[in-house]
Amino acid sequence: MSKKSSFSTAGERLTNGLLKENPTFVLMLGMCPTLAVTTSAINGLGMGLTTTVVLMLSNLIISLLRGIIPNRVRIPAFIVIIASFVTAVQLLLEAYIPSLNEALGMYIPLIVVNCIILGRAESYAYSNPPIPSLFDGIGMGLGFSFALTCIGAVREFLGAGTFFDYPIMPDSYTPITIFILAPGAFFVLAALTAFQNYLKESREKVGKEARHIGSGCSEDCMNCSDKGCSKRFYDTTAVNQGKNDELEFIDMEKGDR
Amino acid sequence: MSDLLKVSSNPHIRSKSTTVGIMAAVIVALLPAAGFGIYNFGLRALLVILVTIASTVLTEFLFGLYKKKLTVIDLSAVVTGLLLALNLPVNIPLWMAALGGVFAILVVKMLFGGLGQNFMNPALAARCFLLISFPLQMTDFACDAYSGATPLAIIKAGGGVDVTDMILGNTAGTIGETSMIALVAGACFLLLTGVIDLRIPGSYIVTFIVFIVLFGGRGFDPSYISAQLAGGGLMLGAFFMATDYVTRPITIKGQYLFGVFLGLMTGIFRLFGPSAEGVSYAIILGNLLVPLIEKVTRPVAFGKGGRRYEK
Repeated sequence: MSKKSSFSTAGERLTNGLLKENPTFVLMLGMCPTLAVTTSAINGLGMGLTTTVVLMLSNLIISLLRGIIPNRVRIPAFIVIIASFVTAVQLLLEAYIPSLNEALGMYIPLIVVNCIILGRAESYAYSNPPIPSLFDGIGMGLGFSFALTCIGAVREFLGAGTFFDYPIMPDSYTPITIFILAPGAFFVLAALTAFQNYLKESREKVGKEARHIGSGCSEDCMNCSDKGCSKRFYDTTAVNQGKNDELEFIDMEKGDR
Repeated sequence: MSDLLKVSSNPHIRSKSTTVGIMAAVIVALLPAAGFGIYNFGLRALLVILVTIASTVLTEFLFGLYKKKLTVIDLSAVVTGLLLALNLPVNIPLWMAALGGVFAILVVKMLFGGLGQNFMNPALAARCFLLISFPLQMTDFACDAYSGATPLAIIKAGGGVDVTDMILGNTAGTIGETSMIALVAGACFLLLTGVIDLRIPGSYIVTFIVFIVLFGGRGFDPSYISAQLAGGGLMLGAFFMATDYVTRPITIKGQYLFGVFLGLMTGIFRLFGPSAEGVSYAIILGNLLVPLIEKVTRPVAFGKGGRRYEK
C-alpha cells in the first residue's frame, strides 16, 4: 500500500465516522451513555472524548493483534483489551479531572460494554491494518463526541438555560425541566436524528423512482397524489370505472325484468 | 326485484356519524365545564382556553400546510386544545399553555401520523409534559377565590372538605375539573347522542370505588367516596379522555379491562403515590397498554374457536 493511498484511507475513515456512519445518529449505537449522560454539553463532550481515547487505542491494539487472537475467543480478547484501557482512562480521570469523573460516575466503567467500541473492533479493526483502524477509532470517537455534545447542548439550553454552564438566557426564562430529565433525552435524540436525516435526504440527488423506495413512501397508495409512481398498485381511475360497471349491471337487471 | 338484492361492493351498512360531528358533540359536551371554569376562576380562564385552542389549531394548520394535507378542519385540534386547557390551572403563564398545545399536536399527534395514529391522548400527554417541566406553575392553584390546596390534597393531608362544594365545583383546581355537575351533564349529552358508552367510564369508576373502599382506610364512608369521585379530574378523565376513540381498546372486553386497569392505577396513585392525584398518569399508562389489551382480548372469528381450532 502506498503512502498516499493509506493517507486517503485514513481521511475516509475519519469522515466516515464523523458523518456517513455517525455512531449515534446513523448507526444508533451506544444509546445507553447517549441518553444517560447528556444532561449538559460538558458531560456529553467529556463522555465522548473519554470514549474516543478508549476506542482509538483499542482499535489500534486489536488491529495489531488480529493475527494472534484466535477467531473463537476473539470477543473475550476484545473485552480484556478494552477493559484495560477503560481502567487506565478511569484512573487518569480520577487523578486529573475528578469533577468530570464524578459527573459521569457509573458510565465510565460501562464504556467496556459500549457497543460502539466492540462493534468497531469486530467489524473494522479485527480485519484491517493498524493505521486505518486507528483513524477509524478517531473518526467514530469524534462522531460520538460531536453527537453527544450536540444533544447535551440542546438539553442544557432548553432544560437549564445555559451553554457549557454559562447562562445565556435572561433571568425571566423558566427552564423546561423535562429536557434535563430522562424523557427529554429521547425527544432531543429523536429530533436531532430526524434533522440529520432531513439534511441528508435533501442533499442526496435521487432519481424520480428512488425516492419511493426510501422512507419517503408512506405505502398509502390510496391517498397518494403521485399517479406516475411505478410502485402504485391502487389505480384511482378504477374507482369511477367500478361505479359505471355497477350502474350498467343494474340496468341489465331492469332489462331482464 | 327488491332493492335489497342490488349488487354493490361492501361496506353495506354505513354509519352517518362523521369525525366532524363527533368532535363537535365532544366540544358541546365540554362547554358546561368550560363555562363553569370561567365563572369560577374569572376571565383569565377564558384567556387560557383561547390561547391553548389557538396554539393547537395553529400547529395543526401549519403542519397541514407543510404536509399539504389540511386536517385541521376535522375539529379534533379544537377538542385537544379545549381538553388541555381544562387540565391547566388558571394561573399558568400563557406561553406554557401554548407550548403544551404545540407539544400535544406536533409531538404526540402529527409526528405519529395525525388523528387516528396517536398512541396516547394528546391533551393528557401535554398535561404530563407540562407537569414534569413546570411542577411549580402546574400545581399553583391559588387565585382570588381560593387559597390554593385542591380538595384531594387537603384530604391527603388529613383535613376535611365540603363535599357539596366539590360536587358543585366551588373549589380550587384546574379550570375544568372542579365541577362534577357540569362534567356529568356534558357526559350525559355524549351518552345520549351515542358518542360514548358507559363501558370504560363505568368500569373505571366502579373499580375505583371498590379500591377506595378496600384500601382508603375509611371503609364505606359515602362522603369520602363522593369527595374522591368529585375531585382530581376523575369525571373529566373517565368520560372525556379515557373514552377517546383513538387511544381506547377496540374490543368490548378490552374496554372493560381498560376501565378496570384505569381504576386500579388511579387508586394506587392517589392513595399510595406522593401526589394526591393520579388520573392523568393512569390514563396515559392505560393508553400505552392498549395494544397489549387488544391482543389479549381479540375476538375469535365467527365459526372458529373451541378446542378443535386450537389444535
